[in-house]
Amino acid sequence: MTMFEAILLTIATAATPLLIAALGELVVERSGVLNLGVEGMMVMGAVAGFAVAQTTGSAWLGMVAAILAGAAFSLLFGFLTLTLVTNQVATGLALTLLGLGASAMIGESFVGLPGVKMASLYIPGFSDSPYVGKFLFGQDPIFYISILLTIGVVWFLFKTRAGLTLRAVGDNHTSAHSLGVPVVRIRYLAVLFGGACAGLAGGQLSLVYVPQWVENMTAGRGWIALALVVFASWRPWRILAGAYLFGAVSIGQLHAQALGIGIPSQFMSSLPYLATIVVLVLISRNKRLTLMNTPTSLGKPFVPDR
Amino acid sequence: MTGTTRINGSETPLLEASKLTKIFGTLKACDEINLTIGTGEIHSLLGENGAGKSTLVKMLFGALQPTSGDIAWKGQSVTVSNPAMGRSLGIGMVFQHFSLFDALTAAENIALSLDEKTPLDTIAARAKEIGQTYGLPVDPEALVGDLSVGERQRIEIIRCLLQNPDLIILDEPTSVLTPQEADLLFVTLERLRSEGKSILYISHRLEEVRRLCDRATVLRHGKVVGQCDPRAETTASLARMMVGSDIHIIDRHPVEASAPAQAALIEVKGLSQKPRGPFSVSLHDIHLAVRSGEILGIAGVAGNGQGELFEAISGEVLQERPDIIRIRGTDAGRIGISARRKLGAAFVPEERLGHGAVPDMSLTNNLLLSRHSTDRKVFLTGGTLKLVAEASLASAAKRIVTQMDVRKSAENPDASALSGGNLQKFLIGRELDRNPSVMIVNQPTWGVDAGAAAHIRQALVDLARSGSAVIVISQDLDELFEISDRIAAMVHGRLSESVPIEAMSRERVGLMMGGVDHSTALANAGAA
Repeated sequence: MTMFEAILLTIATAATPLLIAALGELVVERSGVLNLGVEGMMVMGAVAGFAVAQTTGSAWLGMVAAILAGAAFSLLFGFLTLTLVTNQVATGLALTLLGLGASAMIGESFVGLPGVKMASLYIPGFSDSPYVGKFLFGQDPIFYISILLTIGVVWFLFKTRAGLTLRAVGDNHTSAHSLGVPVVRIRYLAVLFGGACAGLAGGQLSLVYVPQWVENMTAGRGWIALALVVFASWRPWRILAGAYLFGAVSIGQLHAQALGIGIPSQFMSSLPYLATIVVLVLISRNKRLTLMNTPTSLGKPFVPDR
Repeated sequence: MTGTTRINGSETPLLEASKLTKIFGTLKACDEINLTIGTGEIHSLLGENGAGKSTLVKMLFGALQPTSGDIAWKGQSVTVSNPAMGRSLGIGMVFQHFSLFDALTAAENIALSLDEKTPLDTIAARAKEIGQTYGLPVDPEALVGDLSVGERQRIEIIRCLLQNPDLIILDEPTSVLTPQEADLLFVTLERLRSEGKSILYISHRLEEVRRLCDRATVLRHGKVVGQCDPRAETTASLARMMVGSDIHIIDRHPVEASAPAQAALIEVKGLSQKPRGPFSVSLHDIHLAVRSGEILGIAGVAGNGQGELFEAISGEVLQERPDIIRIRGTDAGRIGISARRKLGAAFVPEERLGHGAVPDMSLTNNLLLSRHSTDRKVFLTGGTLKLVAEASLASAAKRIVTQMDVRKSAENPDASALSGGNLQKFLIGRELDRNPSVMIVNQPTWGVDAGAAAHIRQALVDLARSGSAVIVISQDLDELFEISDRIAAMVHGRLSESVPIEAMSRERVGLMMGGVDHSTALANAGAA
């Protein structure tokens, strides 16, 4: 395996959780709900995935548990914000705090235990081809799921009727209601999908990226995912680009630090955040496209007048 | 009042509402309303703003639930629990406040109201087809956010027609159409009637109602005050029934023969502008000048550059050279809205919520937003601290409310809580209260009922006669003929020369709106 290939693989592994969590949040926000609890749902996914995989020995069962944990946590958010109509920002923040605390408690007995790593794909012949063989045909299943998920979300949002309805709810929930669209039900489903994605992203962290449990192991990735959604102007392909850019710069700066470049390490560590934001701000300068893609009723509570 | 003229005594009516009542808090928006709509009739619902028309039709359509009362559909008692159910029964509705999605295309907007089996990719073609059949052209790929009010309404109507309903509820459908477009719509409606469809038609334009409708039900303060055959009534008698008293006739005493040398208060010289978005209109070499005491009316079909012209004059879009726009002799092309206001200009845009007023802010806050810089001494105290003088704001708001007869439900409601007509009265009053020497208004009475519209028009005429220059952009020709001293027309971003009202006819302005009348060099010579 060449150095090039190794770097490519680490970039993909670093980008995948961001991509999955951001895609989930994209769907949530497109429906007009702002869930700031991504970090909390992600960390719950990570701990649940690790615990189940460690207990059963199956990484796949762990991954399913991670998805369910994220979804269950998002259901709590949905109940509070959609049924009880609490403030979405405050509820999302509370969800993150709760997730970090609860995961630390649940995961206490798992700290330091050896984890179960999800096996990577291996297709004889293909996976061994030079340069990109391993990148294309020899990665963990979650990588492929993340790519399929991107295509799936694009197709769903822009090619299906359900996706159109979801975008309509995010654009103007009052109009959608007057057309007889079940606004709250659609938002519940979107929130659940977002939670499942965040859980999956968390599972990737504790079962693929670093197969072990460390308290607060998401380390702000949920927040990056949230930022990606906004700076990608709510468009899936840009999220893919943004996630890989972030992954590339964060891996690149590690290599640069290893080579001993005389730049303060703090600056280097902040580089991925800086680079991603700068690039995405630059490409989202087209005001009209941004306006067209920004869900107008984002974060606004919906109470039907009866 | 004539009694109910039963259509065919034996036939069950298509829809029969009995004793429908809706109570919001302490307000009885609808009070035991009885309404019968027969098969194949165009039934008009008349009433001023706030008479309960919108509440009534929302209940029929399922967007609101009645507090008490029954609805029978084709003889069967039904509960229309939501709009989807209304649609599946066969009730289609074209809303006054459009229920469109700005970020979606016209075709996507239409798709949302069709049943789920309709394949998405055929909708654009069907929309185009229906649009052509009924004289409602739309570009299915256009983003609704970029369309004019008139174009949006076409989408609403097409959306409704595509559902093939038995009863079509139209709320103020012609208020944004040209006379020619309205004629086409009437042809459509008459054709639908001959196909056996029923139409519930809400309009403030009594001429139209007389021409089109078979029966009319008149509402006042949430109660049915009469039913009649509008064809047997006069406009005046219908208006009297609606308002409960005679309607005010605009007093437009002629401009006094002022000295011809008097300079224009507002001048636009050679205004050209590239389109600012893919669906906005470019402006080409626009010249206009309005003197003290004059009202210039600008006619035109929606989307011909009126909005862009308004933005250029108000200062929302700055010009390349300062001398393109002159306000009271000062070059103003490069200065912003507040600076232009300080020169004595006042602006009332077309869109009330979101442009003219911040929907979720109270009336006094909206007042402060437009006048904090022009009337700093009045509304701000504390020197450099610029504290808000709540007391003087409240008294100014009260003055405006009384002056313009704004009807509101609370002491200081949010702008969005007012009905369209009442908000418009407040917004016009807000500007008039400053005694502006230049006033430009876009669509002053769109969707405003007859009584309120007369009030607004009279206020504009009085302002001009007191020595101000007024520009009124409107798609309502009746309005322009009622108040203007000169009329010009906009077509494809060009402004025709203005023609004195005495020399103007409806045919001529219709031609000018179609871009035909290039000939006369009448007015600009006089204005320049």
